[in-house]
Amino acid sequence: MTERADKTIELRVLRYNPVTDEKPHHQSFTVPYTSDMSVLQGLQWIKDTIDGSLTYRWSCRMAICGSCGMMINAEPKLACHTLLRDLAPGPVTVEPLNHFPIERDLVVTVDDFVKKIESVTPWLIPKHPKPVSEGPYNQTPAQMAAYENFSACINCMLCYAACPQYGENPKFIGPAAMAILQRYDGDSRDGGSALRIDAVHGEDGVWGCTAVGACSDVCPKAVDPMHAVNQNKMNTALDYFLRFLKKRDTK
Amino acid sequence: MPHAPEKRSNAPIFWLLFGAGGTLSALFGVGLILVTGFLAPQGIGIGPDALSYENALAFTQNWLGKAAIWAVISLFFWHAAERLYLTLKDMHVFSDLGRRLLTYGVAAVVTVATAGLLLAIGF
Repeated sequence: MTERADKTIELRVLRYNPVTDEKPHHQSFTVPYTSDMSVLQGLQWIKDTIDGSLTYRWSCRMAICGSCGMMINAEPKLACHTLLRDLAPGPVTVEPLNHFPIERDLVVTVDDFVKKIESVTPWLIPKHPKPVSEGPYNQTPAQMAAYENFSACINCMLCYAACPQYGENPKFIGPAAMAILQRYDGDSRDGGSALRIDAVHGEDGVWGCTAVGACSDVCPKAVDPMHAVNQNKMNTALDYFLRFLKKRDTK
Repeated sequence: MPHAPEKRSNAPIFWLLFGAGGTLSALFGVGLILVTGFLAPQGIGIGPDALSYENALAFTQNWLGKAAIWAVISLFFWHAAERLYLTLKDMHVFSDLGRRLLTYGVAAVVTVATAGLLLAIGF
C-alpha cells in the first residue's frame, strides 16, 4: 500500500539567477511529503510541479555520487541522505554549500575543489616499474586497513562547507584533498610520498588546519579527514627535520 | 598535474613543541597540581617535609631534576603558546609578527630564563 502524502513541510530555498538577480534570496515552497521522502525528493517535487527552473545537482539518490551536497538548516548534508520527516515540522532552509561561489540556485562552482584534489597527485605511483610477469601486488588486510577509510571519499565537498579554516582562507588545501592524499600515501603499493609532501608542506597545506574536526563530523561516508591531516602533520614535520638525510628518487 | 611546491612552513618546529607540551601536560599536569598544590601542602599521603626547601633545592641541584623542571615549565608554555597563537590568528588579533612575539616569544623567553635560573642554582 502506498503512503499518501497528506503532510506538508515548508522548504525555504535559496534562489539565485545570475542573469536576473542582483543577489540571492529565499523562496518558500509548501511540499507534500511521505515518511520515506528525502530533501532531494522534495526539491524534485518542486521542480516537477511548481518551478521547473529550480536548479540543483543530483544523480544517484543513494549517497554514493556526492552530487547533492547542500546546506540543510545551515548544516552541510547530502539532500538524498536527509529525510524530510526528520526535519518536521519545518520550515527547512535549503541553501548552496558554504564557502563556494554560487553558480545558480543550489549549484556551486567546484573548480577550486577540483584543482585541490588534482594537486595532491591522487593516483598510485609505483615504487619501481613492475612488469606483469612478476604477478600482482599483494596486500595484507592490515596494509589495506591503513588507507581504506580514506578511499570512501565521494568528493561531495560537505567537509569544505563545514571547515572554518577553508572559509577563512580559500587557499587552504582543505579536508577531502588531505583524505585523498592519505588514501594514496598510506597505500603499501605507492611510492609517491615525497611528491605529495611537497604539495602540502606549506602554510596553506596541512598547517592551515587547526584541528577543529568539523570535516570528520559532517562526512556522510564516515571518512576522517582530520586524522589524515594529523598523519600528514607528523609526516611533514619529520620531513622538515629529516629531509637532509633522505635520498629522493621522485622529483 | 601536480602544482609547483609550496613554500615550506616552519610550523613543524612549533607544532612538535606543542605536541610535546600537550603530551607532558596530559600525563603529568593534573598530577603535578594535585601533588604540589594540595597533597604536599596538606600532608595528605606525603610526608610534611616532602617539598621542604632542602628537598626542593636538592631536587633542582640534580641534573635530572633540572631537566624535569625545565621540560615541564618550558614545554607547557610552548603548548599554550601554540593554542593562543592559533586563537589570536583566527580572531585576527594583532599582526602576525605581533602574535608570534606575544606567544612563541613569551615561551622562548620562559625557556631561556628557566634554563638560566636552573643553572644559577648550581649543582
